[in-house]
Amino acid sequence: MTNPVKNMQRAIADYKQMNAKDQKRYLTDMVLNNALYILMAIFVIYTAIKQPNFLTLGSFANLITQVAAYLPLALGIAGCIVLTGTDLSAGRVVGLTAAIAGVFMQKADFANKMFQNLPEITLGWILATMLIVVLIGAMIGLVNGFFVAKFSLHPFIVTLSTQLITYGIILWFFALNGNNGQPISGLSREYKDFVGGAMFRLGGVAVPRYVLYAIILTVVMWFIWNKTTFGKNMFAVGSNAEAAKVSGVNVFMTTVLVHTLAGAMYGYAGFIEGVRAGSVAASTGLNAECDAIAACVIGGVSFVGGTGKISGIILGVFVLRIIFVALTMLGVDSSSLYIIKGAIILCACALDMRKYLVKK
Amino acid sequence: MEQNTLLKMVGITKTFPGVKALDGVNFEVKRGTVHALMGENGAGKSTLMKCLFGMYAKDGGQIYLEGNEINFKNSKEALDNGVAMVHQELNQALKRNVMDNIWLGRYPTIAGITVNEKKMYQDTMAIFKELDIDVDPYKIMSTMPVSQRQMVEIAKAVSYNSKVIVFDEPTSSLTEEEVEHLFKIINMLRDRGVGIIYISHKMAEIKRISDYITVMRDGKWVATERAEDLEMQDIIRLMVGRELTNQFPPKTNTPGEVYLKVEGITGMYNQLKEVSFEAKRGEIVGLAGLDASGRTETLESIFGIRTRKEGKIFLDGKQCLNRNAQESIKNGFALLTEERRATGIFGVLDIKANTVISSLKRHKRFGIFLSEKSQREDTQYYIDAMRTKTPSQETKIRTLSGGNQQKVIIGRWLLTEPEVLLLDEPTRGIDVGAKYEIYQLILDLANKGKTVLMVSSEMPELLGVCDRIVVMSGGRVAGEVDARNTTQEEIMTLAAKYV
Repeated sequence: MTNPVKNMQRAIADYKQMNAKDQKRYLTDMVLNNALYILMAIFVIYTAIKQPNFLTLGSFANLITQVAAYLPLALGIAGCIVLTGTDLSAGRVVGLTAAIAGVFMQKADFANKMFQNLPEITLGWILATMLIVVLIGAMIGLVNGFFVAKFSLHPFIVTLSTQLITYGIILWFFALNGNNGQPISGLSREYKDFVGGAMFRLGGVAVPRYVLYAIILTVVMWFIWNKTTFGKNMFAVGSNAEAAKVSGVNVFMTTVLVHTLAGAMYGYAGFIEGVRAGSVAASTGLNAECDAIAACVIGGVSFVGGTGKISGIILGVFVLRIIFVALTMLGVDSSSLYIIKGAIILCACALDMRKYLVKK
Repeated sequence: MEQNTLLKMVGITKTFPGVKALDGVNFEVKRGTVHALMGENGAGKSTLMKCLFGMYAKDGGQIYLEGNEINFKNSKEALDNGVAMVHQELNQALKRNVMDNIWLGRYPTIAGITVNEKKMYQDTMAIFKELDIDVDPYKIMSTMPVSQRQMVEIAKAVSYNSKVIVFDEPTSSLTEEEVEHLFKIINMLRDRGVGIIYISHKMAEIKRISDYITVMRDGKWVATERAEDLEMQDIIRLMVGRELTNQFPPKTNTPGEVYLKVEGITGMYNQLKEVSFEAKRGEIVGLAGLDASGRTETLESIFGIRTRKEGKIFLDGKQCLNRNAQESIKNGFALLTEERRATGIFGVLDIKANTVISSLKRHKRFGIFLSEKSQREDTQYYIDAMRTKTPSQETKIRTLSGGNQQKVIIGRWLLTEPEVLLLDEPTRGIDVGAKYEIYQLILDLANKGKTVLMVSSEMPELLGVCDRIVVMSGGRVAGEVDARNTTQEEIMTLAAKYV
């Protein structure tokens, strides 16, 4: 049924039947629909010629490490986008959960330790901490989902509010025990090892453990999206909430769960963030949702609702990271980086929307 | 060219990749006549009109308006030149009021700066008076029933001094009374010399209103005749290219014992008042009535997606609470909604997802995992059983025709193994051939002992398919009639009881 070879043959046969004008339109359509990938290929080749280092194992290891760090957030936010919503609170939730994980994981003998009477850092306590921050993330997601579903508020408004509230809590948290807004540092070796310890080396660059965790999370999310009732319901609600209701889908529950799951993913992202950055500041996670939303949109999780694939999200994160790594290697300054990133998101959205517009 | 020819389309051709949608179609509308354009879904009627309005660029042929060749680029240009369309699905700014919608894009102004509300009101009232339309120009569109919104659309066309007005399925959501009013307006427009193109599936009204009939089939012109020279059977034969002897399949079901009992349903936020009736196993019960008589509300209240203030529902003597759709489905109810696009289909999802969404439980393995294989099997079963025309299960449902979409949704409901089917306008916007198949399907379900409640605005359909008809009026049950020995007049009298 979905035999790629047969599809290809059929497409070629169709193409041969068309007249010259339609053939031209068909080709234009094909180029525009895949413009992003074509541009990426050109970009990668260009960078590789300019900077031979770009196509080395070490650079690849660096790339997948970055992807693994940014992926969980995108996987979480994607569900909200499938529901035609969004989540602006993601970055701050990462900030809060990173801070909480950070203080729980500070070295026992660290001079500026915020809380003194914490358990010893054992594997059990590390796992418990992870669970706690994931639950805290899920709780904030639950609040988001509840307000969206119960009061039919647009997620933009709800998550903007929780973003502000969460930031307030972060600032408050950083002022506890006379900490006075200082970054949380002195993270224990066990915690750093658990999250960022090298599994193996690629071209001399260490691949941290959280790459494995990201793979596990991706598999779990793929399963949830494609193989569970909840996943099917999510797409149905995103595609047509009214019809979903009539069809017996619990729209309220589905919406709440999507946001809760997203929140849990932010909690996990917060758990690894401290180790990645070395310390946690009040500004940790700022604007992280922007990268995540951009990755989803580039990967074809459309704001139209009801569409999107896990593979697309992975691709979207990869595209953004490749651009980042390549531009850095090419010596582009950070101001230009923002401009290029913005332009790419704009193009990707325009190209994506093209697919949903009804041709007249 | 003849003096009284208003619009002439010659040899119109349009090709889409792989399909020849229009193949040298000729079409001519005379001044002061109503010209019906008929054909099954996909015959090319809409494509022809879209070429006229410039929504599609035609590949070949010419269009003349009063002898001058025209080539509109968009519907606004067509409107400015006196060619208007009253769409089946009204495109209106729903949050704005009536006169804003009529004068949209050309508001009368004072000194070119502020909108002249007073002139707008007066002009609107003048047109409404001329057309005998009773609507408040300040009313917000979304608060008005479809029939009134359609009147506004007609008034808009008239306000442009249109020479040609196209009506696309104008009566599909109107009651008989509103149809009468519409026909009065159409006749008035005809007398003023307007050329009217009337697209519809309903034979009876075509015969009544039209002067000429043009039939299309598979993108080709088939025939143009004077309306009085064509009998209904002739039209159907021309449309389908074969004899369609009966509009309705033979009635084979025999109702059994009383199964569903509805007692005193009164709506919390709607007009329903003490609605009570019964339905037997294997019985098809029709719900007739005018627009806003509460037929849709009754079905939706039974299904639990409208709040009931009072009232009980019994299945086989046992009370069902039906507080929401999930509960109703569990109790064996299924609801096919009236607005297929708004509340039926998941447009961007494929046939498979649209089919299995209400019966995911069937595919669950180990309490969590959904089996791909069994989903495919169920979907394929109903594609075959319903003879749904689709390239594959992965096809997005919005690309299918209305009839095929309806078959997918019916399949979705049958998978929940319902005992009571609530069908709200099951054949709306579906062509003749597919309608017959839907009727057959409804009868098959009754034959299997299912109870069917069916709302329809097409009286012949209710008389042809149902065993018994419950007539509603003003949110109440006005009476019950036996479908075999009643008349349209009897039903209409009951329907007007509480108005």
